[in-house]
Amino acid sequence: MIGGLFIYNHKGEVLISRVYRDDIGSMELSGSCVGGWLERNAVDAFRVNVIHARQQVRSPVTNIARTSFFHVKRSNIWLAAVTKQNVNAAMVFEFLYKMCDVMTAYFGKISEENIKNNFVLIYELLDEILDFGYPQNSETGALKTFITQQGIKGQTKEEQSQITSQVTGQIGWRREGIKYRRNELFLDVLESVNLLMSPQGQVLSAHVSGRVVMKSYLSGMPECKFGMNDKIVIDKQGKGGATDDAAKSGKQSIAIDDCTFHQCVRLSKFDSERSISFIPPDGEYELMRYRTTKDIILPFRVIPLVREVGRTKLEVKVVIKSNFKPSLLAQKIEVRIPTPLNTSGVQVICMKGKAKYKASENAIVWKIKRMAGMKESQISAEIELLPTNDKKKWARPPISMNFEVPFAPSGLKVRYLKVFESKLNYSDHDVIKWVRYIGRSGIYETRC
Amino acid sequence: NEWMFLFSLVCSGEIFELKAELNSDKKEKKKEAVKKVIASMTVGKDVSALFPDVVNCMQTDNLELKKLVYLYLMNYAKSQPDMAIMAVNTFVKDCEDPNPLIRALAVRTMGCIRVDKITEYLCEPLRKCLKDEDPYVRKTAAVCVAKLHDINAQLVEDQGFLDTLKDLISDSNPMVVANAVAALSEIAESHPNSNLLDLNPQTINKLLTALNECTEWGQIFILDCLANYTPRDDRESQSICERVTPRLSHANSAVVLSAVKVLMKFMEMLPKDLDYYGTLLKKLAPPLVTLLSAEPELQYVALRNINLIVQRRPEIMKHEMKVFFVKYNDPIYVKLEKLDIMIRLASQANIAQVLAELKEYATEVDVDFVRKAVRAIGRCAIKVEQSAERCVSTLLDLIQTKVNYVVQEAIVVIKDIFRKYPNKYESVIATLCENLDSLDEPEARAAMIWIVGEYAERIDNADELLESFLEGFHDESTQVQLQLLTAIVKLFLKKPTETQELVQQVLSLATQDSDNPDLRDRGYIYWRLLSTDPVAAKEVVLAEKPLISEETDLIEPTLLEELICHIGTLASVYHKPPSAFVEGSRGVQHKRLPCSAGSSTAGVSDAPPAVIPSQGDLLGDLLNLDLTPTTTGPPPPAVSTGMQLGAMDLLGGGLDSLVWLQAMKAKGLEISGTFARRAGVIQMEMTLTNKAMSVMTDFAIQFNRNSFGLSPAGPLQVLTPLSPNQSIEVALPLNTSGPVMKMDPLNNLQVAVKNNIDVFYFSCQYPISMLFVEDGKMERQIFLATWKDIPNENESQFQIKDCHLNAVSNKLQGSNIFTIAKRTVDGQDMLYLSVKLTNGIWVLAELRIQAGNPNYTISLKCRAPEVSQCVFQSYEAVLKN
Repeated sequence: MIGGLFIYNHKGEVLISRVYRDDIGSMELSGSCVGGWLERNAVDAFRVNVIHARQQVRSPVTNIARTSFFHVKRSNIWLAAVTKQNVNAAMVFEFLYKMCDVMTAYFGKISEENIKNNFVLIYELLDEILDFGYPQNSETGALKTFITQQGIKGQTKEEQSQITSQVTGQIGWRREGIKYRRNELFLDVLESVNLLMSPQGQVLSAHVSGRVVMKSYLSGMPECKFGMNDKIVIDKQGKGGATDDAAKSGKQSIAIDDCTFHQCVRLSKFDSERSISFIPPDGEYELMRYRTTKDIILPFRVIPLVREVGRTKLEVKVVIKSNFKPSLLAQKIEVRIPTPLNTSGVQVICMKGKAKYKASENAIVWKIKRMAGMKESQISAEIELLPTNDKKKWARPPISMNFEVPFAPSGLKVRYLKVFESKLNYSDHDVIKWVRYIGRSGIYETRC
Repeated sequence: NEWMFLFSLVCSGEIFELKAELNSDKKEKKKEAVKKVIASMTVGKDVSALFPDVVNCMQTDNLELKKLVYLYLMNYAKSQPDMAIMAVNTFVKDCEDPNPLIRALAVRTMGCIRVDKITEYLCEPLRKCLKDEDPYVRKTAAVCVAKLHDINAQLVEDQGFLDTLKDLISDSNPMVVANAVAALSEIAESHPNSNLLDLNPQTINKLLTALNECTEWGQIFILDCLANYTPRDDRESQSICERVTPRLSHANSAVVLSAVKVLMKFMEMLPKDLDYYGTLLKKLAPPLVTLLSAEPELQYVALRNINLIVQRRPEIMKHEMKVFFVKYNDPIYVKLEKLDIMIRLASQANIAQVLAELKEYATEVDVDFVRKAVRAIGRCAIKVEQSAERCVSTLLDLIQTKVNYVVQEAIVVIKDIFRKYPNKYESVIATLCENLDSLDEPEARAAMIWIVGEYAERIDNADELLESFLEGFHDESTQVQLQLLTAIVKLFLKKPTETQELVQQVLSLATQDSDNPDLRDRGYIYWRLLSTDPVAAKEVVLAEKPLISEETDLIEPTLLEELICHIGTLASVYHKPPSAFVEGSRGVQHKRLPCSAGSSTAGVSDAPPAVIPSQGDLLGDLLNLDLTPTTTGPPPPAVSTGMQLGAMDLLGGGLDSLVWLQAMKAKGLEISGTFARRAGVIQMEMTLTNKAMSVMTDFAIQFNRNSFGLSPAGPLQVLTPLSPNQSIEVALPLNTSGPVMKMDPLNNLQVAVKNNIDVFYFSCQYPISMLFVEDGKMERQIFLATWKDIPNENESQFQIKDCHLNAVSNKLQGSNIFTIAKRTVDGQDMLYLSVKLTNGIWVLAELRIQAGNPNYTISLKCRAPEVSQCVFQSYEAVLKN
């Protein structure tokens, strides 16, 4: 299991160090036992071999003198978990991400300053969520009931046992006795559409990775059921109902390649009936993630044309076409056209929006605020090059695109979200529900 | 900035002031002072002098302050054991506190204080906490048992905590169950043979129920524990699989990977014609693909695991090629892993796409990645015959780019393509020859020379080309020198008239002017062959070459099986068994996949090990050497000269020490040595002698792959520099968890020793008797059954002559050869003996001794008959010694 956990700043100075196991201290011979703090060697080994390493990091797992270091970086903060055993590597990384989530939930951005100002809190959290290197309940909702920055107020005996039963209970993510005057929930379907296209316009790979994020402000312990136009469910229902109906709805259903759920969802029920039922955490959380690859609506098509005119000039023309209902508007459109390293000057002409050559980024960045569906726009550029002796040809990185559209490129539709709370007197109808769809570009690239 | 302020305070040496604050009456002041102490502890300042003052703050109602004091205690108790005792009373009191949070905190912290005296006081509170009414306290106490076991295993057993822990598996609270499982699994790991976890259908059922209810982390503990269970039959296996599959939809990637591990293992037991088997296979692909949209670090872990899964069951991912296409912004470690998997999945169906991708990658920036991409194109050519032509033309396009490392890499793979498809693509040779001058890496130079030699008859100026290399012969690396020697001999055999002078020249360079024994040996062999029998020379040098295999870098099947059992863990990331990177007894146990329910126990892949040496793996070898036998050439045999050092080994088992490495061949370093088994540990005992004029330092040792996976258990401990004419004796403990490759003879071991001067190679043979393990005594019944079970063709009979012994059994037992039974028939003593090798192979023997006859007859039976000869030699050595 995890032997120790260290947080470093970008210089490699230790901000937090918590050792759970003796073994990671006894690295090599030089460890002086005098003043305690045995793990100094492990701490230094990571700094020397990873943070101060000359080359780029070649692996997120490093083995130094039979000690394994797992690291993740958040802005310029390094988090490292250390072990001498054959631990579950996936678990260690999941834990490090979770720790980042917890810290963010407590004090916002993970920065050197925030960590220094909250070091007592962080130690307290580390003591709670990791015991002898074994991750324990790390749901922020539960933790916040008894680890607070203000210190614990006098608790009654009932409150104490409520805390412990929540931390260890089956529904560790929600506490009892939540009350809202207005029962309300928000569903956001957030998709990122990913594309890799060949210069000839052939789709090399395309997929949508989506998330359903829910904000729930519901009283009591509500039982929820979520439904969407999942092809498997619709087909199953279609078999029972009218064929006509099935054909109608079948058209709109989507094939989901795979999905994963928040731990509140009853997985065995999904496995057997494909129904998504759960008791939601209070506030915002991610209900599910999913991935689709079939019948994706690609909101934009990029058509590149690069011509090398002699050794010192390039001509680039890029056309973008929007491919969705004319009544909808795409926003925050940005096309990034890479330029060679030896570029000396660029002239750009674009029909719409603004385009600029950014020498520091080696790219022409073309920005358009808004664009309706079924439209087309174009940019052309002349790139002057300095003559070089470099034998290696320019690698021609792909043209990438960013945008945001108000629909789900996968075609996913929320069919219902039903709320049942038998003990309190509010029904499904009383709950105010909001649904929103946002499609964003993931890695949306066209080779040129 | 609070933190810096606190820190600077302590830095300026105001420990005294802190002391005063700690003893202050005001609570707030106390707390601030403890905070300062913790802050300076974090940055590595020694604040142990404040121990009594901090401990004094412990008795407080303020939970936050208490937690801080506990944190301090955990760090300093060990260095101040006597003072730590002062804290015991508070701990014991806190364990009785009405607040469950405080009870848990106390028991949790107490377990982290590794001081024997405190541990004694821990037992009673722990016993109470294990049965506490509050689940939060119980789940904390469960982990505490593992902590205590780590400090004092005997105490835990004596106090009966293990039984209490086992009871907790039936606890009503899922988190208590999960922590109990985690603690038991860890304790069981350090007692490989105990039946601690005692997994049976009832407990499995309890675990599966808890699985649906506990936290994500608890699910991981339970799944990892389930993976150690072996179901009794295929029906049980199926029902467990059915209850584990829902986990594949969990948002936590570790839960998913651990579920995959359980399924991959239990699937082995399902009959292949079962419908469910097919369904299960289909269910595995989507979640694995989903892992690739996780954060990059997890993607890396997932990819390393998928790499194993596609080797074991290629059918799972065969339609998923596209998801492994490299994205421009992927971190380099993700890119390299994806590329690896792409090559494995390449098939006729998807080769066009794959090639188009690889060609893109070959123009990227990262040198390692580009090299790997070019190499991958060559692999595709070898793997998918239909694509070979397209691959070759792609490689030629890449050579035209003139990017130095691309060209070199391309040439290396084209050599392999030539070997796979002889006489098909020689038209490209001309293009290759144009790039001769730009080659500066030995591997590429050697490949090019090989091509010129192989196709000498079709290259008009082959002699000129080879001659040009000959000029700087002595500056070339050994690899290139050997290749050049062979190539010129080939050329001579093909065009004898014009090249006589050239061949003379290379032979004399190799034999007279070189101090490399491999090169000299090869030179002499060629020379003698050519001068005695040119026809025979032709048959030898121009012989047809064995085919090269399609799959490369395959993991050896038994290791693969073991790694599949470790999916999701570090072992699966390193592609090494846990014993290779975990110290001590933990993880030494080798895991195996269960046998399938059907009769075919042969396993899935019988593929031979790779022929093409793998590119260096991520961990990197100690010496960064490529020890494949093809490049180092046959190592010199262990020559026994007159200078035998070392006395007879009185403890038995060892042989007289032999000179393994002669000083004249190793720039003055002489190594002689012997092997022995002492108290269950295999040792390589060496005497290193410096016969050179300068001091030798920086010794390191590495073994080539060998038949029984012998590898050094630690670094070579030569701590002081070795002065001229000085000798040092070193005992290197060995383990048998290294990579395995069958050697000829079986007990041959190729060793590389490095010092500050150079790297030296030698080979030696170890007595197989040192691999005989202590628990090699077979049950009588099993012995009988096994003896019958092994087919007769596996039996081999030997004679041992001139033996005069009385207590044969005792003598044998000293070498871990165990006598199972003894009987006397017609004046003949029949001894039935068993021996177990480190890799689990049993060798049974029947030894016949006739009274008065010094010649013994021995029959050996073994499922792996190839070891018989070696084992016999050991018997002989033991009996005669």
